Amino acid sequence: MSHPIYIALIPLIPLACFFILGLFGRKYFSGSAGVIGTLSLLASTLLSLITAYEYFFVSGKSNGVFQKISVFKYTWLQFSPSLSIDMGILIDPITVMMLVVVTFVSLMVHLFSLGYMKGEPRFATYYGFLSLFTFSMLGLVLSSNIFQIYLFWELVGVSSFLLIGFYFEKPSAVAASKKAFIVTRFADLGFLIGILVLSFYSHTLDFGILIERLTNTGSPYLIAINSASFLGVSALTWALLLVFMGGAGKSAMFPLHIWLPDAMEGPTPVSALIHAATMVVAGVFLVARLFPVFALSDPEALQVVTYTGAFSAFFAAIIACTQTDIKRVLAYSTMSQIGYMMFALGVSKYSGEDGLGYMGSMFHLFTHAFFKSLLFLGAGSVIHMVHSNEMKDMGGLRKLMPITHICFLIACLAIAGIPPFSGFFSKEEILMAAFESNRLVYGIALFTSGLTAFYMFRLYYSIFWSKPADTHHAHHGEGTWTMKIPLMILAVLALFAGFTPIANWISADGAPIHSKVPITFSILPVALALGGILFATRLFITANELPGRIATQLGGIYKSALHKFYIDELYLFVTKKILFNLIGRPAAWFDKNIVDGFMNLLAKITGYLSDMIKGYQSGKVQDYALYFFGGVAGLVIAFIYLWK
Amino acid sequence: MNLTLFLLFPLFTAVAILFAQNLKQIRSISLAGALLQLALALKLLMAYYQQRAEGNKSQMLFEYIQNWYAPLNLQYHIGVDGISIAMILLTTFIVVAGILVSWHMETLSKEFFFLLILLSLGAYGFFISLDIFTMFFFLEVAVIPKFLLIGIWGSGKKEYSAMKLALMLMGGSALILVGIFGIYFNSHTGTGTHTFDLLLLSKMNIPIEIQKMFFPFAFIGFGIFTAIFPFHTWVPDGHASAPTAASMFLAGISMKLGGYGCLRVATFLMPDAAHAYSWVIILVSTIAIIYGAFATMMQTDLKYINAYSSISHCGFVLLGIGMLTQTSITGAVMQMVSHGLMTALFFAAIGMIYSRTHTRMVAQLGGLLKIMPFISTVFVIAGLSSLGLPGFSGFVAEMTVFIGSWENPDKMYRLATILACASIVVTAVYILRAAGQTIMGPITNKSYDQLSDATWNEKFAAGLLITGILVVGLAPFWLINLIQPGTEFIINKLGVALIK
Repeated sequence: MSHPIYIALIPLIPLACFFILGLFGRKYFSGSAGVIGTLSLLASTLLSLITAYEYFFVSGKSNGVFQKISVFKYTWLQFSPSLSIDMGILIDPITVMMLVVVTFVSLMVHLFSLGYMKGEPRFATYYGFLSLFTFSMLGLVLSSNIFQIYLFWELVGVSSFLLIGFYFEKPSAVAASKKAFIVTRFADLGFLIGILVLSFYSHTLDFGILIERLTNTGSPYLIAINSASFLGVSALTWALLLVFMGGAGKSAMFPLHIWLPDAMEGPTPVSALIHAATMVVAGVFLVARLFPVFALSDPEALQVVTYTGAFSAFFAAIIACTQTDIKRVLAYSTMSQIGYMMFALGVSKYSGEDGLGYMGSMFHLFTHAFFKSLLFLGAGSVIHMVHSNEMKDMGGLRKLMPITHICFLIACLAIAGIPPFSGFFSKEEILMAAFESNRLVYGIALFTSGLTAFYMFRLYYSIFWSKPADTHHAHHGEGTWTMKIPLMILAVLALFAGFTPIANWISADGAPIHSKVPITFSILPVALALGGILFATRLFITANELPGRIATQLGGIYKSALHKFYIDELYLFVTKKILFNLIGRPAAWFDKNIVDGFMNLLAKITGYLSDMIKGYQSGKVQDYALYFFGGVAGLVIAFIYLWK
Repeated sequence: MNLTLFLLFPLFTAVAILFAQNLKQIRSISLAGALLQLALALKLLMAYYQQRAEGNKSQMLFEYIQNWYAPLNLQYHIGVDGISIAMILLTTFIVVAGILVSWHMETLSKEFFFLLILLSLGAYGFFISLDIFTMFFFLEVAVIPKFLLIGIWGSGKKEYSAMKLALMLMGGSALILVGIFGIYFNSHTGTGTHTFDLLLLSKMNIPIEIQKMFFPFAFIGFGIFTAIFPFHTWVPDGHASAPTAASMFLAGISMKLGGYGCLRVATFLMPDAAHAYSWVIILVSTIAIIYGAFATMMQTDLKYINAYSSISHCGFVLLGIGMLTQTSITGAVMQMVSHGLMTALFFAAIGMIYSRTHTRMVAQLGGLLKIMPFISTVFVIAGLSSLGLPGFSGFVAEMTVFIGSWENPDKMYRLATILACASIVVTAVYILRAAGQTIMGPITNKSYDQLSDATWNEKFAAGLLITGILVVGLAPFWLINLIQPGTEFIINKLGVALIK
């Protein structure tokens, strides 16, 4: 790549924007912050598009294979001659794709927020945080070093924390932001230890060298890490699983998913950006980044990725069918779709046409970013109008919000996997990859895609059909043009993004993939999706008794799904009862009473002893004379008897 | 570069304060003195870089020796390496910030500022000394003012806290004294005399039995200053009762005297014993890290929260030293710098909140972000730095300790490292709890609505410390390059011990 300078600018522009808005926003830019943020992001987006063009069409390929290009590297922290954290930029197909996705979705969210967040007293702060997030996310995808990625990983975590807790006066928002940060931090602990293990055995933190050292058969590093083992599992598997734990936390995979639904307390555009399109796919990105190591050296760890992904996809889809808060439905659907991306990586192989899963995963990440952020922004429009997240306050809105309605419908069709909408194409690749390597996972995925169509259309009908509109919302209107335009742009992409020739650009080994999914293969998934839609139509197009009856008949299953299978309660039990009551409280008590008590006791004994003897220093001359003569007498006696 | 200036500047400032007429003059003199110290420290940094660039490879730079009590061979021997310069820089930052937050100290202002400056003099003397007895002398100079600062200007059960702090630190000093006498009487200069000279001592080989006998005295003695478990109980009470500036000095400077001593005197001079006892150090510091973090979780007073978290964070310093690898020891020094800056910032923020709301109880505060955005932001920054967010100093320091600790291949040491890593989660819990309840959430007390945000002096103090935190956090290479030549000498000495 010939122009590294402008690539560095892609994350640096939002960073500059963050500092400007953070330091001076409140005073000088309280009105114009939105425009400043949006324009600076427009610049970043254009640069990303130029980069993508340069990479995919001009200079990225050599010998028919897309190269990993290290654009720039600077030693940031030198631990020892062989180990350092470098700040660098690594360009490869997935980085370039992520650059485009992140900047583009972020731009749409910036634009949408101009209308959505209007009148907010901390408008400049909001845009400052958005810029901080965008910077961190871009830094994450550009990282050339596993520690660098961890660093930005933490930064996206904190920007997510700040944005979820943006309405800081609401106790529920504060609680949700804390939960998100702490749960992901717990996962990051695994990531960190994984990094320590990897760096210890491979003597490097740089992705390129790390992957090379841990994939070449016969490399001494690989032999060392494989021969070391702990509890019967090799150090490499431990390291990869621990790194994956970090990824699972960020990507809300079971059982570390509990923060994601609560994170919906943040402003809705934030959910669209962070908790749908960008940050939550960081875990997928991380596994993809280390994919050669997973695929070539440690298929066992990859199995864990597969089943975690498949189970999460299924589990979340079940819960999504029962939730009534529209954002929470979307949150669970995000979790489910990320599950797809995860197991797609899991079932993939490294080279050639067997790398279909990898490509499908990245393809789905790409299309999902558009239709899911569209769904969230659409939900944002709806919430903006009815001032509620609950389905029961909605219904019949299709007449009041025609544009939102159409865009939302397109997104629902895309996520349901109906051709020719974008989700269809990416999901087919994933199903195909699963079909070829793991029938069980294929079965789960197939069933889940039917469920997906069902719960998405349940959502769609509950918002836009179901019952006549509550007319007192009508005076709000559908929102400003800055809110409608992003919806329309994203709708166009949700429709057509499936035609992007991702297979030519992205694959695990850099070579294009040629295999096509045969049309006969698509019949079953599409039929299932249509079935899901029809079933939802029957149940929800008008308000009726049937859904309630079915729920009662399902009884316990419905109830536990509604309560998210009581996972939150389990966590609460562990933290409140065990960490606080069984460890924290005794530790504090022990410190106060035993450790400090011992010190105080020591002081008391000293005081007591001095009380005992202080009488001897009475200040009376006759006492002293007595001691003096007593002493002399004692010495004399001692001399007489002991001398010799 | 004449290092004695680091003693003369504070001395003149202190004397000048005695002649000042009113608070305005006193604080102006103090601030001017503190800024001069800062300028001097920066000049020292530049001079150091220049010397190293010119190829000066000796362990200590700018050395100067003067006998001050020949019969015992006591010398005024001074000199610095990168580690001491890092400590001196930290001290100057905290002195300036501490004086700025005490801008309106009305009661006995002359004595207050005099004692602050005196404390800084003790710290500088300690960090530049290369004669361990002279070092001990300056350590004591730095202890006495703390007793008075807490006892006179403190709050709550201040007499108890001041007494507890003074007694425990004096106990530590007594142990140190035994330790350094043990070294002294086992030193052989070849001329029949003994020596306290650090550099000469480092070239001798003290018999391993002697080392094993005296290492615990020196290490625990210095360790008490840096809150070694289970001798940490002076920390919570002492910090909580101290006035803001004294808390900042205590956590930012005094606790570092201990860490520096553990490294420079105990570990450097008795490397065989350091190897022999490293498992004890690691055990004790891991307990401090985990147990301190859990104990923090249950605290309800902001100052206690920060004090207990200091116990946990200082555990990283001792852990880094105990792991005995170059990276971990470098990390320990970085952690000292980082902890000093961020704890001082935290105490400054707590002081600002307390001076307005007159409470430090978490339950009574709430929604401060709306009322005092600047102070609240400072509080959040201090908190995020404390929980090790990248971009702030805590992250690089902790990560260096972790990476360094992992280089020690022993299985049990690995376990200790993992436990220490786990504390980052607990830290997140207590920091977010504290911030969530005080800064965020609804406003709990209507009368807080009238409270004002930070004044200029508070803004400067916070700005200075945040600058320090960011400079370390964003560009850690200058700090690590500063420290590493110093730790290399220590690790060489430790390595020699290992080979024997």
